[in-house]
Amino acid sequence: MDALNTKPNLAAPDDFYEDLIGLHRDLTEAQSALVNAKLILLLANHVGDPDVLREAMAAAREGISPHL
Amino acid sequence: MTYTNPVFAYRRPPELDGSTRHCGVVIVGAGPVGLAAAIDLAQREIPVLVLDDDDTVSVGSRAICYAKRTLEILDRLGCGEPVVQKGVGWNVGKVFHGDQLTYQFDLLPEPGHHRPAFVNLQQYHFEEYLVRRADALAAAEVRWKHRVVDVAPAEAQVRLRVATHDGEYALTCDWLIVCDGARSPVRHMLGLDTEGQVFRDRFLIADIHMATDFPTERWFWFDPPFHPNQSVLLHRQADNVWRVDFQLGWDADPEEEKKPENILPRLRAMLGADADFEIEWASVYTFQCRRMQRFRHGRVLFAGDAAHLVSPFGARGANSGVQDTDNLVWKLAMVLRGQAPDSLLDSYDAERVAAADENILNSTRATDFITPKSVVSRTFRDAVLALAHRHTFARKLVNSGRLSVPKVLADSCLNTPDSHAFSGMMVPGAPAADAPVSGPRGEWLLPYLGGGFALLVFGDGISPESARELAQDTIPCGIVQVGGTLREDRVVIQDKDGLVAARYDASGQTCYLIRPDQHVCARWRAFDPAAVRRAIARATCNHERDVQWTR
Repeated sequence: MDALNTKPNLAAPDDFYEDLIGLHRDLTEAQSALVNAKLILLLANHVGDPDVLREAMAAAREGISPHL
Repeated sequence: MTYTNPVFAYRRPPELDGSTRHCGVVIVGAGPVGLAAAIDLAQREIPVLVLDDDDTVSVGSRAICYAKRTLEILDRLGCGEPVVQKGVGWNVGKVFHGDQLTYQFDLLPEPGHHRPAFVNLQQYHFEEYLVRRADALAAAEVRWKHRVVDVAPAEAQVRLRVATHDGEYALTCDWLIVCDGARSPVRHMLGLDTEGQVFRDRFLIADIHMATDFPTERWFWFDPPFHPNQSVLLHRQADNVWRVDFQLGWDADPEEEKKPENILPRLRAMLGADADFEIEWASVYTFQCRRMQRFRHGRVLFAGDAAHLVSPFGARGANSGVQDTDNLVWKLAMVLRGQAPDSLLDSYDAERVAAADENILNSTRATDFITPKSVVSRTFRDAVLALAHRHTFARKLVNSGRLSVPKVLADSCLNTPDSHAFSGMMVPGAPAADAPVSGPRGEWLLPYLGGGFALLVFGDGISPESARELAQDTIPCGIVQVGGTLREDRVVIQDKDGLVAARYDASGQTCYLIRPDQHVCARWRAFDPAAVRRAIARATCNHERDVQWTR
């Protein structure tokens, strides 16, 4: 279970982060949510491997408990 | 109106005048599922009595999409042809989001199959053809306006009380097949329940008669301008009748929505102010994805909507019900003839519960896409639709119903696991694939298989002695030989386009054992009569008891 690469892999992390935040500039919450969803779907398709995707989903959810 | 419901005659039963009757099989419900079961039994010359509380076929179009596998079963039951002739074939589906065409798909059938992926036909036509077929079979008796009011299953038989307008009478039977629909009165009488999900949404379906040049395609809209925030489906049926399906949301009032004065504005908004149409039938429904825990309760067997319910997206209701009977009837026939122990009927439960779960899974996923349950689910749904216009990957995620395909019974205990290497789709448990052939019984492979056990064998490696022994066994097995020398003791067909060999990954002396319901249950690279017998014994639950094979 180490198919998901969580080691540094971005050539220019600060540039990426700036682009990511910039992507949402001047958007409403709903528009931002839609953009994020589209981004996830595009990247998921690029990754393809279901094990990597499941691992990424688990890592994203880690430490977040259901709100009851 | 394009259709007038027939009225089938009620006949006063002799049991009201003192005679008593014990039946091998009684079926409750003369809908598509009950009738398919009755025809299958009667074709095997097993007397069957069907009881129905009504005296006509379905009111309104209801189930309209009949899948390839169902058509193949109907061919075996002698009513495939009228359904295909009357039905409307279609291949193209279009998906719209807002006012844009997002993408279109083509079911583009693989060539070399007799039956198309789907035909659309109103349920009343479908039922009428089945009623006619049942009436033509001496072993089937359908009693209209006979309502079962009490069921008492016991160890040795099932007792029924039946009400007519002339009074009540009693019947007994060895086996009861319950096909009385989603609300299943018999299931309630027995105190049995279904488990699963009810979806908090309502849909309006309307049949409209409309002469139009719209293409024969399935059109599905998400959030169209004429019906914002909801989905709409338009699908063609026979006789220029069109099915329109409007998602309404949970808060809609079903009684109000059903009124023509409320339906008309919705249709006008969709079809244009000048469209010339007439409403034939309308209904508001909610849907559920549920099933009974078990489909067999001793001598009582449940099939169709009485046993399992799915949402309509994907056409898995009537199709899976007919497939239930295809699985059940040959097993019941063998039990009735003493050819198999009644534990064979437990495999009906196992195989069709697995099929129901697959249908429920597909249907639930489609419903979650069409009716998102949360804000984030809706966001992802809209993201998929927004991407699908430009990016082909996202089209695979759009789910307006995954259309019905038969269950591959890969985990069935009736299968003999492979001992040789094979590739392709025809794994043990798979429904046998069709292919063009030439031979004494026509131009397609499937009609040569089914009814009883068949050994599909490539080449003429089976000796006359072996052929005779297999044909004369306690459970006979016919030989269907592909290519090679013509012989009296077997059916020989020619693989005219090479598609039988290709679809069955044939080489050398490849043999496939095909069940009476046309599912593969074993296969080998070489013919071994002892292995064939063991596989037949396994497929009939006879491997646990000592079978005296005639030799």
